[in-house]
Amino acid sequence: MQALTNRSKVVSDKKMTFLEWIYIPAILKGMSITLKHFFKKKATISYPEQRREFSQVYRGQHVLKRDDEGRERCTACGLCAVACPAEAITMIAAERKPGEEHLYREEKYATVYEINMLRCIFCGDCEEACPKEAIFLTDRIVASEYKRKPFVYGKDILLEPLDPEMRIDVSARQTESVLKFKQNKRFAHNK
Amino acid sequence: MDWTLFIYKTIFLFLILLVTLLVAMYSTYGERKVAAYMQDRHGPNRAGPFGLLQPLADGLKMFMKEEIIPLSANRTLFILGPSIAMTTALLTGVVIPWGATLTIGGREFSMQIADLNIGILYVFAMVSIGVYGIMIGGWASNNKYALYGAIRAASQMISYELAMGMSIVALVLTTGSLSLHDIVEQQHGMHWNIFYQPLGFLIFLICAFAETNRAPFDLPECETELIGGYHTEYSSMKLGFYLFAEYINMFISSAVIATLYFGGYNMPFIDQLGLSPNIVTMLGTAFFFLKIFGMIFLFMWIRWTLPRFRYDQLMNLGWKGLIPLSIFNILATGIYYYFTELK
Repeated sequence: MQALTNRSKVVSDKKMTFLEWIYIPAILKGMSITLKHFFKKKATISYPEQRREFSQVYRGQHVLKRDDEGRERCTACGLCAVACPAEAITMIAAERKPGEEHLYREEKYATVYEINMLRCIFCGDCEEACPKEAIFLTDRIVASEYKRKPFVYGKDILLEPLDPEMRIDVSARQTESVLKFKQNKRFAHNK
Repeated sequence: MDWTLFIYKTIFLFLILLVTLLVAMYSTYGERKVAAYMQDRHGPNRAGPFGLLQPLADGLKMFMKEEIIPLSANRTLFILGPSIAMTTALLTGVVIPWGATLTIGGREFSMQIADLNIGILYVFAMVSIGVYGIMIGGWASNNKYALYGAIRAASQMISYELAMGMSIVALVLTTGSLSLHDIVEQQHGMHWNIFYQPLGFLIFLICAFAETNRAPFDLPECETELIGGYHTEYSSMKLGFYLFAEYINMFISSAVIATLYFGGYNMPFIDQLGLSPNIVTMLGTAFFFLKIFGMIFLFMWIRWTLPRFRYDQLMNLGWKGLIPLSIFNILATGIYYYFTELK
């Protein structure tokens, strides 16, 4: 039979030599291995104090972006909800009233915007579908809860804060190539 | 009645009890740390700095657990089991010489609670009674797994006590005394018995592992086959007593091994330094504890290296391996002394 790897060893039940029979050398060998591991660097990361660095394109909890003047970018077109394979996104649209121009960038906005984090599979199709650069996935982790209800995140959680200091950085996901892809007229969402 | 001596002995007795419990308590912590480090983990590090309060948390947990005595169990024996295990584990510390003599106010105080002239036999007696704790506990549980565990423990202890006793016979041939104090005094300097009785030491060590029910001989509490062995039905602090007794046993057997084979409180080259006798005694005791901790580490090291024996392998090793070997050891020692004494 052909060997699959060169690591395989042929097993034999030949008579043990004296040293093998008294086992002590084998025990000492095993002890030296465990002692070596005793001084080895630990593989564990002590989580709350120490965090593992995420990948640049990690897809975690969503954020609804504001533009530079602090207006909501979302126009409640519903493309994200259509693109969502898990059907996690729902929204209710409303028309912008006169005098609300400092709040909403477009003439139409979402009064209710909900993502069910239990349904969401964090695929990132929503941000790809968004023509207004309004929704992004970030490197934040969705917090655990005791009940199902709190997992339906509304605008109160998803929308990024007004304070420029508190804005959520998505530059890692909003690269130039991404922008170019989004503005390409060949794709349906830009037509 | 000599009241000074009485008070001194009482204080010393409680001190030893306290130290034994403390060491056993932190052995549980040490065990988990050593295990973790050998498996590239951190181990307990949440309760207090470096997880040092973990044993307290464990103890508290044990106390808070529901106390269950099975309906079909024999109540008296069920409670007696862990009590015996704990008591006998603690009793052995009485004969161990923890240090040389302290001179306070012109009086000499021995750092040994009772210098019995049959100290080794006393240790053996206590260890043998310790088996009853496990046996009675397993029997009283009225559970077949517990009974299996108890039977295993009993037969294992009986098999290994023979070899252990015979390795001690060879040691007694070299020392000529059964008193632990005399044995330690004879090992002054670097005349440690391990150099005179290497084979005896190896046999004694293996038997000590078996006697304390530690891996690789922890068959009585084999989780995979026996659920928990003799303590399957136990809960709350009664279970805690069994587990704790194991750690006390480990500490005491480390102390016995250090006394018999590693010179006890003797420190090499200490006489050349010209220190006052009391300081020498203190240093000796510290060094003795260092040896004990080394032995405890060896116990843990072995546990996290070797897999558990199969039952027939255990019996084979005991009856066909260690007993003939220890008889050979006695013969060799006897013949050696016969010919050297003749000259």
